[in-house]
Amino acid sequence: MTAANTGQTVAGEIEGRPRRYLLDREGLLGPLLLLPAVVYLLALVGFPLVMAILYSFTDITTGNPVLHFVGLDTFRDVLRDTVFRRSLRNTVVLTIVSQLLVVVLSTVLAFALRVDFRGKWFARFLILLPWTTPIAIGTIAWLWMLDSLFSPIDWVLGQVGLIQQGGHMYWLGKRDLAMASVIAVQAWRMLPLATVILLAGMSSIPQEIKEAAEIDGASFWRRLFHIELPLLLPITGVAVLFGLVFTFTDMTVVYVLTGGGPQNSTQVLASWAFYKGINGGSLGQGAAIAVFMFPVLAGFAALILRLANRAEVS
Amino acid sequence: MARTAGRQLGSRTAVYTVVGLFGLFASFPFLWAIVTMFKADPDLYTAGSNPFLYNKPPTLEHIRLLFQQTPYLTFVRNTVMIGVLVVLITLAFSLPAAYALARLTGHWGGRLGIAIFLVYLVPPTLLFIPLSRMVASMRLQDSIWSLVLVYPTFTIPLSTWLLSGFFKSIPRDIEEQAQVDGYSRLQAVTRTVLPLIVPGILTVVVFAFTLSMHEFIYALAFVASSDHMTISVGVPTNLVRGDVFFWQSLMASAVIVAVPVALAYNFFLDRFVQGFTMGAVKG
Repeated sequence: MTAANTGQTVAGEIEGRPRRYLLDREGLLGPLLLLPAVVYLLALVGFPLVMAILYSFTDITTGNPVLHFVGLDTFRDVLRDTVFRRSLRNTVVLTIVSQLLVVVLSTVLAFALRVDFRGKWFARFLILLPWTTPIAIGTIAWLWMLDSLFSPIDWVLGQVGLIQQGGHMYWLGKRDLAMASVIAVQAWRMLPLATVILLAGMSSIPQEIKEAAEIDGASFWRRLFHIELPLLLPITGVAVLFGLVFTFTDMTVVYVLTGGGPQNSTQVLASWAFYKGINGGSLGQGAAIAVFMFPVLAGFAALILRLANRAEVS
Repeated sequence: MARTAGRQLGSRTAVYTVVGLFGLFASFPFLWAIVTMFKADPDLYTAGSNPFLYNKPPTLEHIRLLFQQTPYLTFVRNTVMIGVLVVLITLAFSLPAAYALARLTGHWGGRLGIAIFLVYLVPPTLLFIPLSRMVASMRLQDSIWSLVLVYPTFTIPLSTWLLSGFFKSIPRDIEEQAQVDGYSRLQAVTRTVLPLIVPGILTVVVFAFTLSMHEFIYALAFVASSDHMTISVGVPTNLVRGDVFFWQSLMASAVIVAVPVALAYNFFLDRFVQGFTMGAVKG
């Protein structure tokens, strides 16, 4: 009763001001509350996104920061560059191979983690480490693991006799091994996220379906390939899409692990854009290189939208 | 019966083997970092001896070095300061937006919500070149303020998305009742709904903080002097000097960052995953 009374006095006090009633109107309050966030994102994501596309049609540099349009010249210069073509190919290879690894491995891991066992909390903690650690820091740990002289992997390979004892693989010194290392670190890094997304998906499969299949006498493998994996397909799609987006646009692993080397053989679009645009000062060229990521990203975004819409309908 | 028991034992072993192997794969660089960080120089740089054992007594010297003779603590301080400010900005912008998306905007709100989430997927590598010019024109280059300004561009979308899910899970009746009792809508929300979504706010605090701690590309592009660097950029670029590697100190710095963050994530993981799967998974 007292609460209601004070409520009424409060209402009475502000009655003179129409503002309160205005703000209670949903049509006004909604946009008003959304406006700050939308403006922030338009100013610092939308605007630079448009600028990035504009830059790619100019020859702007840090030394001469004017928008002087040169048509497709910048793109022509970029395309003529062999390092760019190599970067484009590397980006595609890195994304596809690392994500294939992630899909297979995360499915296996998620099935194992679904079971309850002692020490599961600790296992989860260990398995999440690659994703929870800042990627630059995780990559530094790999840099030391793949050291040319003191790699523990080399020592183990030497002990089991796969390479000569005291010999070295020079993981980051040879073109193909360096690329394989970048792929491995990227897969290592993305595995936890895919696994936890799949685990969440598994927990949403109704228990009755599994039990019904078990009662019908379906074998483990039959249940796996005919019932569980198909049911998991949509959520696997979500996991893969995020993995693709984050891998396709990343440069951190390459920058810290190999610096794009040896001889630019591990360069990817994002890292090459960085070296050209920031270190080299050719803002136009850097932007043009980065813009090549755009169509692929837009495709991913459209797919994510479709998935989201389907989730909304169901 | 015996067959089932046997199969169960078999699947137990399979589970432990798979989890054990993956656990080792995931954590090996960190285990190796922990072994390394206590090694004396002559032990570390002797080829041929078993690198997994301490052939000379372990030492804390390199951890002391990290804290006393490198800018590591400056990196930590910058990272924490940026993180706290980014969290505050993120909450200030995403709480109202998330509430509006959850309650006030019918069908087009759903579309806008997804659009805001998609902003999270616009990669820094596409934006850093124009942003570096914008930052320079605001005279924020080479200062932590450039990062404080830019990091909310990825924390606001994700937080808005997560928080609107939390708001949706609170029944409307609660605030409607408060409005019947004479409170205005905003009062009703701050008094009745906000206390109920404290778990959501905590989740956002953790993720906004750790995402800004993880960020590498903007920090690399905008900040050049070690006084203003974050851990993410300072450790890989500033503790490696030419041919002189402080491997033990470097590994110590990695372990010191990795463990607490992983612990924090462990507690909030499930909520984060729910947001990430965009309701495709209903838990």
